[in-house]
Amino acid sequence: MDIYLPIANLSVNALVIILLGGGVGVLSGMFGVGGGFLTTPLLIFYGIPPAVAAASASTQVTGASVSGVFAHMKRGGVDFQMGGVLVVGGIFGTGAGAAIFEILEALGQIDTVINILYVLMLGSIGGLMAKESLTSVLAVRAGKPVAAAKRRHHPLVANLPMRWRFYRSGLYISPIAPLILGFITGIMTMLLGVGGGFIMVPAMLYLLGMGAQVVVGTSLFQILFVTMASTMMHSLTTKAVDIVLAVFLLIGSVTGAQIGARLAQCMRPEYLRLFLAAIVLLVAIRMALGLGWRPDEIYTLQAL
Amino acid sequence: MIRLFALILFLLPMTASAQNVPKLVPDVSQRQINIQSGFTGAEMLLFGAIIYPRGVAPDGQVDVAVVLRGPTRSVTLREKQKIAGIWINADSTDFRSVPAYYAIASSRPLDQIISSKTAAIYELGLDRLQLSPSGEVNATEQRRFVDGLVDLNRRNGLFRQDAGTVEITDQVLYRARLNIPSSVPVGVYTAETLLIRDGRVIVADDNVEVRIRKTGFEQLVTVLAQDYALFYGAMAVLVSLLLGWFAGFVFNRL
Repeated sequence: MDIYLPIANLSVNALVIILLGGGVGVLSGMFGVGGGFLTTPLLIFYGIPPAVAAASASTQVTGASVSGVFAHMKRGGVDFQMGGVLVVGGIFGTGAGAAIFEILEALGQIDTVINILYVLMLGSIGGLMAKESLTSVLAVRAGKPVAAAKRRHHPLVANLPMRWRFYRSGLYISPIAPLILGFITGIMTMLLGVGGGFIMVPAMLYLLGMGAQVVVGTSLFQILFVTMASTMMHSLTTKAVDIVLAVFLLIGSVTGAQIGARLAQCMRPEYLRLFLAAIVLLVAIRMALGLGWRPDEIYTLQAL
Repeated sequence: MIRLFALILFLLPMTASAQNVPKLVPDVSQRQINIQSGFTGAEMLLFGAIIYPRGVAPDGQVDVAVVLRGPTRSVTLREKQKIAGIWINADSTDFRSVPAYYAIASSRPLDQIISSKTAAIYELGLDRLQLSPSGEVNATEQRRFVDGLVDLNRRNGLFRQDAGTVEITDQVLYRARLNIPSSVPVGVYTAETLLIRDGRVIVADDNVEVRIRKTGFEQLVTVLAQDYALFYGAMAVLVSLLLGWFAGFVFNRL
């Protein structure tokens, strides 16, 4: 079943896009991540122009996170104050991301920068996750109890001035820290089409020291609004949001997410995290190799 | 009166020579190609008749070449080079007149039927396109970029050159099929037909226009995205939110 994408200006197989969305959706349902970090590279491998892939993937993440936000809100798992600060940072981040995007596109380096950022980000996060999950898997095997990491914020964060109380997160810290965190993920959302959940969640836990019960919900809340801002920003600047592509991705991913959520219940969390780490590392390695291999196309065209 | 006679006498050989030149009656299978949701490319039939003076076909073989050409545009071509172990865009050249699409078909290979000088004048063949490269003075580097551009477009299906694909029946009727890929840019295309004999173009006709455009929903989406960006973005957000919310709602009921 072929479908013409009006913004990407090419015809793709709708089934492939739905399956791609579905596969990413299963993973996102299992691990509670948006899955943008897989969607964008897979779309690029499939032949979608990088800008369209990143823009439409961020639109898709909006839809993929909305039901999660509602679920966490019902459970009281969203710190709206913290989320609000993160969103404000994120919106400024998408603005900065749009400017960076424009500069890089004019220089013709956007593809390379996207690739390098992916390799660095996925490589480091995947490595950390693999290490952490391996230790806990080994600890569980040996029958030792896993020592829970002590919850406290990073000294750098503690030194920032002008502290606020974030009751639900159980924190008394300066809003500058989450503002910066939101800003950085906003830039990444704009450039890479990722929600940034897999950076946000560890950063909230280990840098800000937020309570675990509100981390995922607040991160989803921030992702929801920042991907919305990023879709708007892409529509206004790069004009690369392909709504047809986003809808087909969504059809797959929302279905897959439900299947994934059910699968996750029958798996041990340590193994689940190890599995996710392996996937993240695989994507990182594939992209790193892609940088070094001679590309299929040496030449690229850009309309003036 | 004498003057008038003189004028007629003067004009007579001209009209006679005009009558000696065959006339082309070209047409295409579709004057308009609509890009819709199921569009996977198109096949265009270029056909027509050759009308000879006094209805007599000349002795010897005639050849026909047909060209379908898209609107020209300016592009930047970037070239990747391996720098510090990774492939990045290093060099670039601007071209000021690159056809968005260019397909040529001929009854025999071009170099067998036409002199390279004539082919250059009529821009026949992928290696003779006037792309107006700028900024690069070095001739060999310019050649490399031109070859890269043509090769890239050829593999994307946007440039093509086929020999032996124009069928000529009784030296009078001709027809050729050209493939148009799904990634074809929109715009007004011209179909040109050239009648070739003894290495020269006897007559050429480029009056047939083909309009390639998006229609219906695809057109709407493109116009909204280009001209009503704020509304389009808001719509994309809303569609995404609704789909996500609806799916969550449905699955919670299951």
